[in-house]
Amino acid sequence: MHEWALAEAVISTVSQIAEKEGLEKVAEVEIKVGELQQIELDILEFALSQLKTLKLKNAKFRIKTVKAELKCRVCGQKWIFRKEKMNEEIAEAIHFVPEIAHTYIKCPKCGSPDFEILKGRGIWLESVRGLR
Amino acid sequence: MADPRIGIIEERLKGVSRIVAVSSGKGGVGKSLIASTLALTLARRNYKVGLFDLDFTSPSTHVILGVEGLQPKEEKGIIPPQVHGLKYMSIVYYSGEYASPLRGVDVSNALIELLAITRWDELDFLIVDMPPGISDATLDVIRLIKRIGFVVITTPSRLAFETVRKLIDLLSELGIPIMGVVENMKMKESRFIQQQIEGRGIKFWGDIPFDAELEEAIGDVNKLLATQFGKKVGEIEKLKV
Repeated sequence: MHEWALAEAVISTVSQIAEKEGLEKVAEVEIKVGELQQIELDILEFALSQLKTLKLKNAKFRIKTVKAELKCRVCGQKWIFRKEKMNEEIAEAIHFVPEIAHTYIKCPKCGSPDFEILKGRGIWLESVRGLR
Repeated sequence: MADPRIGIIEERLKGVSRIVAVSSGKGGVGKSLIASTLALTLARRNYKVGLFDLDFTSPSTHVILGVEGLQPKEEKGIIPPQVHGLKYMSIVYYSGEYASPLRGVDVSNALIELLAITRWDELDFLIVDMPPGISDATLDVIRLIKRIGFVVITTPSRLAFETVRKLIDLLSELGIPIMGVVENMKMKESRFIQQQIEGRGIKFWGDIPFDAELEEAIGDVNKLLATQFGKKVGEIEKLKV
């Protein structure tokens, strides 16, 4: 359950932000999850609920998924990553380290592995709201 | 707003007593061989040791250690497999035998990901095999691992030392501890490197003669430790101080 490690990272970072901004209670946390990393949202949500600290007890986690958009640096082609097109072993390798995409995915137009991940790479903390 | 992975890195490394980056400004000076041999030597002396290959585009420690067919365990993160008494982590678990053409931003992201999800647990030493140079990986390691110390590897060549010197000067300027410098592949008597190092107030940990037998020992750790090279690395006692 690699999602558990990422959930711990979210809780730890939210706690640090709450501390820094002097929040007594955290009310809402907005998280973006890029599709390239293929995070299992059920597991992530479960882990977040289990790892909540006192300050985060009533916090609501809003999780938005973001399509993984890739752009070839050589020919400029843009495309969307689709897990269904991957074999399971490769999809899992990309799940653990999304940059492994450069090992297995090529530009559909020119075949280059030199592409940019424009959006939808992995997990990102969008906002933390709470009461002071 | 924030990358949540950064905030957990210190926590992931809190059980590690010493974090040692084996580094060089120059490629091909023997960093990976020295990092692997140091890690194996310490493990055989009953220390708990991890080895982390951070050379994502050109990993080689798996070849030195003869690692094949292993995968980390997934348990609330990833747990590095035990290899010859070491906890061993490398990107090859995921990239296999294929090329990983990564730009700097990708190297940074992969580095942050692995630091955020790898569970090292309790270690006396985490030896980090660094990629050559002073670009993204080196800057990220300095930025993200506050307790890191560097062991710098050079060869007697003035060409190698020209870039190694720049790494040493950069680390010194940033106040990053340089534990010592090792001169590898020495072929004739010269005190040039030692004088350059000691002249900067940095510890010279010694020299390792060029070992023509070393290539034969790659992939076999017992042979590796029995080479002149292996024995000489084993004499680097200063790491424990």
